[in-house]
Amino acid sequence: MSVLQTLVDAIALGLVYALVAMGIGLVFGVMRLVNFAHGELITAGAYALMLTNHLPLAVGLAACFGAVVVLALAMETAYRPLRTTTPTTMLVTTFAVSFLLQAVALLAFGARGQNVGVLSELNRAASIGDLRIRWVTLVSIGVGAVLLAATALVLARTDIGLQMRAASMDAPTAQLLGVRASTVIRFAFLLAAVVAAAATVLLTVQRPLVTPSYGFQLVIPALVGVVVGGMDRLVTATLGGFAIGFAAAVLGDVLPADGRVFLDSALFLLVILVLLVRPGGLFGRSRAAWERV
Amino acid sequence: MPEAVLAIRDLEVRYAGVPAVRRLSLEVARGEVVGLVGPNGAGKSTTLLAIMGVVAPHRGEILLAGRPLGGQRTEAIVRSGVALVPERRHIFPELTVEENLRLGLVGRRSREGAGEDLDRVAGLFPVVRDARHRPAGVLSGGQQQQLAIARALVARPQLLLLDEPSLGLAPAVVDGVFDALAEIRAGGVTILLVEQRAQFAVGFADRTHVLANGELRLTLTPADAGDTERITAAYFGS
Repeated sequence: MSVLQTLVDAIALGLVYALVAMGIGLVFGVMRLVNFAHGELITAGAYALMLTNHLPLAVGLAACFGAVVVLALAMETAYRPLRTTTPTTMLVTTFAVSFLLQAVALLAFGARGQNVGVLSELNRAASIGDLRIRWVTLVSIGVGAVLLAATALVLARTDIGLQMRAASMDAPTAQLLGVRASTVIRFAFLLAAVVAAAATVLLTVQRPLVTPSYGFQLVIPALVGVVVGGMDRLVTATLGGFAIGFAAAVLGDVLPADGRVFLDSALFLLVILVLLVRPGGLFGRSRAAWERV
Repeated sequence: MPEAVLAIRDLEVRYAGVPAVRRLSLEVARGEVVGLVGPNGAGKSTTLLAIMGVVAPHRGEILLAGRPLGGQRTEAIVRSGVALVPERRHIFPELTVEENLRLGLVGRRSREGAGEDLDRVAGLFPVVRDARHRPAGVLSGGQQQQLAIARALVARPQLLLLDEPSLGLAPAVVDGVFDALAEIRAGGVTILLVEQRAQFAVGFADRTHVLANGELRLTLTPADAGDTERITAAYFGS
């Protein structure tokens, strides 16, 4: 496999992980809450696609986005009482919600993988010169790049985006200016849901067997990416997600076939090394003394 | 006496059961500037935080234009017309000056006239126009203070709360800030001013209350600005 082919695959997987990481980062930014149940949004979207795979594609996509958005807004409502609690309480609660939702999925759909079977034709390869690239890789790069840019635009150019950025930098001051915490938190969950739903569609094309722990297994490396990138800023968290996806794809190609069972071990070893050298994250920066007198 | 924009009656605020403000009563009439001075821990900033709904009063009530603020969330209090310039400015250093200013508009009930208000504060503080695309964190302390005041003014408040506007600023810069406050006052804005530099506040405000240990000890007028002994005695409770 050529280096270029590996790079293209790595960029595609990196962008999908970046979407997942961005969703986690959006919620963390305004609520200081690491939502471990973010993966269950992806699981819900995947089951919605699976349940509607006999219907027209548009209906399936609407069901996927609808399920993810409704579940995200339900999570936002459930987490409201946590806003004034300690980070530990918040963290443990999101773990509980994650396992609760996995148990519900287990009861509803069983432990065996269910085939989503949507957009599977995107797994066919296209030839570009010597490269043979699956269409889903190209679509992932396109959709990932567009969604990241669109989210950046919403945050940079709209009033609600400005309020979100202010709340994530200094929530008490933002409130003193009239920023409604409930509004920005709900909007963060909504944005995270839309991005998670898009990531779900891309992921289920490549990994069509959905199980109750489908999203959870994806969120753990994405969360690691968020930490590696630097979770205090959305840009670095998203870059961290991209880096972890990119590294996973590259390691997957570089490791010999019988060594791929060690992919996760190799990835986490890399993470440990990065955090030993840069404890604040790969893309984090030391806070400058902003205030001048 | 004109209508009281702010009335505080028998206010008591406690932190972990310990009173920080004790039985405080004061009024600020429309267009008036009232000062609050006192040593560290006197309860000045706590009083402002109670008005903003950040800390809940243990006793007493706070009325804005006759309507009680008790139990309202901070965002609602801001929308009813109270703007705070917090101690140490609390601008958003990574946002541009313009974005910081736009955040001030969030507290308005209506965006009508927002353009004119932005122009007005740019006239008062040219730095908000000249540096509008620069990160606010690169401004000097005095410029950041101007931005913080401008941000509060674009909310078009009926009551402006200023918490230590001179803190950390060089004397010449403080003069500039108070010149701007004089212009704001001339525009009819009602101000409650918390200030460590007592003589500045006493000389500037229509009335200045001296707080010590959470209690109102004395009320001074501009004529008392030179009476250092009286101010010092009130500070130290003698």
